[in-house]
Amino acid sequence: MANSTLNGFKSFLIEMGEISRFTGRFFAEVFKPRYEIREFFKQCFLIGYKSLPLTGVTAFIMGLVLTMQSRPTLAEFGAESWLPAMVAVSLVREIGPVITALICAGKIGSSIGAELGSMKVTEQIDAMEVSGTNPFKFLVVTRVLATTFTIPILVIISDGIAMYGSYLGINMKGVTSPHIFLAHVFNKLSYGDLLPAFIKTFFFGFAIGIVGCYKGYNSNKGTEGVGESANSSVVVASLLVFILDLMAVQVADLLGLT
Amino acid sequence: MTVQENNIHNSATPVSNREPVIEIEHLYKSFGDNQVLKDFDMKLYRGENLAILGKSGSGKSVLIKCIIGLLKPEQGSIKVFGESIPDLKRDALDKMRVRIGFLFQSNALYDSMSVRENLEFPLRVRLEKYTKSSVNELVMEALTNVGLAHTVDMMPAELSGGMRKRIGLARTLILKPEIILYDEPTTGLDPITGKDISNLIVEVQKKYRTSSMLISHDMSNIRITSNRIILLWEGKRYADGTYDELNKSGDPKVKQFFE
Repeated sequence: MANSTLNGFKSFLIEMGEISRFTGRFFAEVFKPRYEIREFFKQCFLIGYKSLPLTGVTAFIMGLVLTMQSRPTLAEFGAESWLPAMVAVSLVREIGPVITALICAGKIGSSIGAELGSMKVTEQIDAMEVSGTNPFKFLVVTRVLATTFTIPILVIISDGIAMYGSYLGINMKGVTSPHIFLAHVFNKLSYGDLLPAFIKTFFFGFAIGIVGCYKGYNSNKGTEGVGESANSSVVVASLLVFILDLMAVQVADLLGLT
Repeated sequence: MTVQENNIHNSATPVSNREPVIEIEHLYKSFGDNQVLKDFDMKLYRGENLAILGKSGSGKSVLIKCIIGLLKPEQGSIKVFGESIPDLKRDALDKMRVRIGFLFQSNALYDSMSVRENLEFPLRVRLEKYTKSSVNELVMEALTNVGLAHTVDMMPAELSGGMRKRIGLARTLILKPEIILYDEPTTGLDPITGKDISNLIVEVQKKYRTSSMLISHDMSNIRITSNRIILLWEGKRYADGTYDELNKSGDPKVKQFFE
């Protein structure tokens, strides 16, 4: 029992070391030419635009449900007028970025893990290598950059859609004009709410991309390995999102941004 | 006396052409405790079609992956056109790889790309050399050479095994390499398609004047395509000779491949 725990811990440390080395290689390659601009934009389209319907629908439901569930509690204290501000702060600071990142960890992390894993086991990555293309730059660097830059955009759009859901939720029981709703929201939101929440989404995006690529790029054991890569990409990326979120809260607190 | 000792100076390639393009000496490669290549030596001469014969798991694919720089040997030297492959830096290795084509056992076509995009891919790092129309010409020329010009806009998933193999060969040919390495080119194909691929390999060698190295245990493929055969046994060059020379050998290890 103690041995298996020790072995498990040892494998975890080895895995972390390998991911760190993979991340180091990413930073070594990212600034070197040749720059795969076309592939980067293609990945932004596939990762960002194609994920928009899913993150959008989830955000709309999230905003609507959060408003509907918060109303009775606030009503008890006669603080219903605080509903737009409270929902906005919750969505922008925490729920929007984390839920969007978790959806992306599921959708994008698994798809990158499975795609690269399948390319690895069918020798497509080796084929790129022998054709004189650096597969790490072409496959890994472009995908990690695409997740790093598109997930923050997805989060901003999702926050907007969630606000709209919240506005509809408020108007299900009562009438509030868009002007008043927005005035309440923006009166309460400050840079201290927006900035840390926005910055952490870049780290979420980076973590999702690097884990998906690492798992796929190092896939083995044939088709079984592809499934494993996809599955473990989601698990590790989701866990990292929570760990990074915890760290972001601590850092923002230390910097007096909360 | 081993067959290797008997045939080491075989006459498969004309003496006038005996300029080695690949020279391997004392090559060692292992995976953990599994020593795959042990003190392996060989030469591939310009214009020659050399087959490497051996049992499954004998290290044939490992050998050509070492030659192309996908695997690093522990010891020994691999020289291609006089340059030591394990010592080349990334850029120099990429330049060298343009001169060496590699046909993978699994074809390794990029699933997410059309046939045209698959063929254009090796050209992309040298795009400054080509105009759009010259790229198109090269793609169509390579496809015509393998008899599949009509598949240019199809996806790999729409092609049969034999067609995929031909497209893989067309992709290999597009950079007009001087050496082509074939990793089990007829594995998984029916005998008729396998024979077609073997004939295509011979045609390609005549047309492009390539030197080639073919990994296989398909004797009909080897008989059609090769000037010379090396038998790889327990990581070493065990026998070396023409098809006829090895076919007549009394050595039981050699004989079992020809029976």
